[in-house]
Amino acid sequence: MESAQYTKHLKIALCAIIGCIVILLVFQTGIKADEYDYIDISNPFLRKIPLAVPWFKNISGGSDLDELSVNLPDLLSETLEFTGYFKMLDRRAFLMDSKNPDILATQINFRNWTAIGTELLITGGLQMKDGLMETELRLFDTIKGTRIIGKRYKGRGDDTTRMIRRFCAEVMFHLTGHRGVFDSKIAFLSSLSGKKEIYISEFNGNNPKQFSHHGNITLFPAWSSDGKWMAYTSYAKGRPDLYIRNLNENKMITLDGKGIQITPAWVPGKFELAATLSFSGDQEIYLLTGGGKIIKRLTNSRGIDVEPTWSPSGKQMAFVSKRSGTPQIYIKDMASDRVRRLTFQGRYNTQPDWSPKGDKIVYSAMDGGSIDIYTIEVDGSNRVQLTENQGDNEAPSWSPDGSLIAFNSTREGRSKIYIMTAFGTDQRRLISMPGEQTNPKWSPSVISN
Amino acid sequence: MRKKLWILIGLLVIVPGLLFTVSCAKKVVQSEPMVEDEIAAQDSAADDQIALAAQEKAAQEEAARQWEMQAEEDLRQTQLAEQAAKEEEMERAKMAAMQMFMNEDVYYDFDSSALSDMAKNVLSRKAEWLRMNADASVIIEGHCDERGTSAYNIALGDRRAGSAKAFLLDLGIDAAQLSSISYGEERPVDTGMNEESWAKNRRVHFVIE
Repeated sequence: MESAQYTKHLKIALCAIIGCIVILLVFQTGIKADEYDYIDISNPFLRKIPLAVPWFKNISGGSDLDELSVNLPDLLSETLEFTGYFKMLDRRAFLMDSKNPDILATQINFRNWTAIGTELLITGGLQMKDGLMETELRLFDTIKGTRIIGKRYKGRGDDTTRMIRRFCAEVMFHLTGHRGVFDSKIAFLSSLSGKKEIYISEFNGNNPKQFSHHGNITLFPAWSSDGKWMAYTSYAKGRPDLYIRNLNENKMITLDGKGIQITPAWVPGKFELAATLSFSGDQEIYLLTGGGKIIKRLTNSRGIDVEPTWSPSGKQMAFVSKRSGTPQIYIKDMASDRVRRLTFQGRYNTQPDWSPKGDKIVYSAMDGGSIDIYTIEVDGSNRVQLTENQGDNEAPSWSPDGSLIAFNSTREGRSKIYIMTAFGTDQRRLISMPGEQTNPKWSPSVISN
Repeated sequence: MRKKLWILIGLLVIVPGLLFTVSCAKKVVQSEPMVEDEIAAQDSAADDQIALAAQEKAAQEEAARQWEMQAEEDLRQTQLAEQAAKEEEMERAKMAAMQMFMNEDVYYDFDSSALSDMAKNVLSRKAEWLRMNADASVIIEGHCDERGTSAYNIALGDRRAGSAKAFLLDLGIDAAQLSSISYGEERPVDTGMNEESWAKNRRVHFVIE
């Protein structure tokens, strides 16, 4: 009975998903991303690509689409601008009829675009067909005068945000080889309710919603690499215990035992996680099953060992240890069990987060009383300071494409969530909410919107 | 003219003189019967002298007995009060010891869980109290200042609580009396942003369960 009902619900859900958005690949070009050099790998944010997004063409002509033909290009501009890769050109400079834009390669006068400095152009067309909205979106290289991407999306009126984000992901994929951050979310802590609890917002900080409701200090959210599980620490029962929760089902696992249970970090691609437990009297990192059972101990040194973070392959784990007298970041190779020290400058290096690209580790360092964010290559070279003279900057977390870093800062007084590019540029506040916000954790890119 | 003057002088002398004489005469007339009454009363009282003396003696004896009883009662009351005061004093001392036990924190250096000589003195006093109150169980809370990062500070607070607990165990305190918890930087006692405030927050605090 129950399973029949479940199946029925599943069918309805599937129909809804299929019905609500039908994506048609109309004219996919075969050009690969690496044939273009739009983006400088060493620091793509130094020179932003000038991008023009004119208003969309209302193809069916009805007045019902007038508002969308203005709002959607704005949403598209905002979404792409968020990445830090683009410089959005002012529509007032466009040499075109803004009411009747040319959207096809054969119609567009590319010289009019290059004349105002445009390198990339995105055009859009909207029409209603059989009660569904159809959106055509195209990306052009104005210098070569060629179309890079062409996509047509069909869906209900309230699917427009998803359509725009899908297209933005295509744009990012063609320019960077990664689909960007538009399918991701950000978990963070907020003291809005009086006690720190976990909240989850969209990638751009929109729609923050309270996720944990323990009524007591809740800390260290950690997403599993499939985005389905969240592990964290809460003082819900008076002690800092570990909780492992499924985000979709109402399923929660708690760990028993004395001492602290903090800083969980999921092993990429596995239902396993590392976390610091101190039931032995010493703070050591253990490998646990997703069900909360200890598989083995991963660190073995007297003193504090906390904050594990995994390399994308899961073959190495960086962590913080006080084994040399001050908190420093170390890397353990899982196959050989060898541990090497990564950071040598400064006396307080904590909060490591391994880049999804695998090459760098972002961390925070206390120097002269204030805390700032640094990146360092995994081999220990090229230490770069990303924040400076702007209060305390802590808890850095990579975006799933490795292009952005979320962190918390006291630069405007109480701690709030900010983001910046991987190179420290374009620092801006992400979330506007009363109270203190800390400890952002960017999800992998598999969360459905 | 001179004759008139003499008459005036004569009047001035005579009139006050007359007035004086009249007022004196009145006084004598009023006081005389009072003296008569007094004598009469004394005469009648003298007859009952002997009977009165006997009564007085009896009354005195009664008073003496009552005084003695009162003195005895007073003594008893005083002793009771003294005892109560002593008990109260002891209770107060006990409460003071408990208050001190709860209020006196153990302090640490930045990024350290090592016990200073002062910390060891404080912990020795804690041990004394725990021995006197063997049925009490306590929670050792480890705390940190706001500097440093959240997770590392929970680990550091855990080590601080651990170092205090280990010292008490070394002093022979029963492990069953002790449990520990770390709050890291989550519960500062002083939210100031200077060394004075931070020093107050780098502490181990005892709570009686």
